[in-house]
Amino acid sequence: MKDTTQSRIAVQDIRSQFPILTQKVNGRDLIYFDNAATSQKPLIVIDKIKNYYEKENANIHRGVHSLSQEATTAYEQARQKISSYLNAKSDSEIIFTKGTTDGINLIASSFGELLSPGDEIIISAMEHHSNIVPWQLLESRKKIKLKVVPIHKSGEIDLNAFEKLLNEKTKLVSITHISNSLGIINPINEIIRKSHLVGAKVLIDGAQSIQHEKIDLQELNCDFFVFSGHKVYGPTGVGVLYGKSELLNIMPPYQGGGDMIEKVSFEKTTFNVLPFKFEAGTPNIVGGIALGTAFDFIDSLNFEQCQVHELELLRYAEAQLNAIPTIKIFGTSKNKTSVISFNVGDIHPFDIGTLLDKQGVAVRTGHHCTQPIMDFYQIPGTIRVSFSIYNTKGEIDLFVAALNKSIQILS
Amino acid sequence: MNYIEKQNAIIEDFSLFDDWMEKYELIIDLGKEIEMIPSQDKRDEQLIEGCQSRVWLKSNYKDGKMFYFADSDAIITKGIISLLIKVMNGEEPKTIAKEDLFFIKEIGLQEHLSPTRANGLVEMVKRMKLDAIKHY
Repeated sequence: MKDTTQSRIAVQDIRSQFPILTQKVNGRDLIYFDNAATSQKPLIVIDKIKNYYEKENANIHRGVHSLSQEATTAYEQARQKISSYLNAKSDSEIIFTKGTTDGINLIASSFGELLSPGDEIIISAMEHHSNIVPWQLLESRKKIKLKVVPIHKSGEIDLNAFEKLLNEKTKLVSITHISNSLGIINPINEIIRKSHLVGAKVLIDGAQSIQHEKIDLQELNCDFFVFSGHKVYGPTGVGVLYGKSELLNIMPPYQGGGDMIEKVSFEKTTFNVLPFKFEAGTPNIVGGIALGTAFDFIDSLNFEQCQVHELELLRYAEAQLNAIPTIKIFGTSKNKTSVISFNVGDIHPFDIGTLLDKQGVAVRTGHHCTQPIMDFYQIPGTIRVSFSIYNTKGEIDLFVAALNKSIQILS
Repeated sequence: MNYIEKQNAIIEDFSLFDDWMEKYELIIDLGKEIEMIPSQDKRDEQLIEGCQSRVWLKSNYKDGKMFYFADSDAIITKGIISLLIKVMNGEEPKTIAKEDLFFIKEIGLQEHLSPTRANGLVEMVKRMKLDAIKHY
């Protein structure tokens, strides 16, 4: 596909590292615009996984044999790599999880144990169900109160309402960095600073930001940060929970099992140090190692130029979509990542999504696991296109043509 | 036409098109002709919630035969419903409960009836069959 972007990245070189992009779907060239759901994987990550099972596979920690030691080293090196990429204070603050959902559930269960009836947790109206339901479960378990910050029609968070909700009972503010359904970037620096003023801890859901924003955890100063590996060019089934060590140390273990213990007896069991205290059982070893490789891949890119490229794709697609009179875009903030959620007149998103698929364009339709946002806009769902570094303006042209054809058939 | 012949007729209709978009244009046209449930009759007990689209289904049993009325908020779903109704309407409960709906796979629409699709259609077919079983 022709690269006509202004940013100084070689899109064709990047594309050539993603084998899946040469696939045909329904007889057409694949146009993959569902990157907010999951990113595609570069060859370096795929090869790492293959190589691990062919040459390195062994269970980690405690094995005396060479393979086990090598696998342990590779796994712990991946942790160090991720820790250094995110600028955590210590490697032990990086806990491997199954993904963002797992990370939030860990905090809800473990940090939640430190809460008392009447304590308050604040989330926003734009959260993914994964950042709503664990807190609702905690609400009924611990009799805490869950408060929801409303959003404006533009999709932006209502900061005045947020400040009014903050008080000395607020123990945790759990907010998404970037809305998965609208693409809006939240002012998390301000949210973190204001939350800390009342003594509340802050959890940032980084599922949609880790691939688009450079994260510096010490500068950000959030208390917890969670993300999924598969959205950042890594494999599925692995993710990261970052927590400040002083918090993780006072939190009780989440799950019991191997690896997380120091000593087990029927009289008294003591727990391992961080990060192992929160990593019960054999972890997703290959997942952790390959996630480290995914960050090697990112390091090989010019991240700032990739951001410019993604922003150009966003602006280009927005302009093209806005030229179609019946299109309504949801989430109209200027501060957005490369995600566009929209509807076409009264046409059901499912119908558009199905016809786009038949023309080789992969988009997401539905409520995007954010039903409260759909209720807010009183719509059944949206069509969401989300771009990654390997997408091109040429693909956007083909998508818009396919969209126009779908609209014509459905009208 | 019997149950099998009706299904074969649909397969023949669809065999005229090689292109997916043309097949879908036919489904969309069918969706526009479906006999809908009047909105005052769209009660919760007739609603089948899907993750992607919603479906309403009403079954009638008359003179030993089954008759269905259905609607959906998505037109492609509606078109597929219309095909199902074409085949199943006026059939004996025993036929609906026992005979295979082979045309769906033959015309390449099985993806819409896979449990992971979550568009309400799988549940709808199940409910159409269960309603038939009540009279069988």
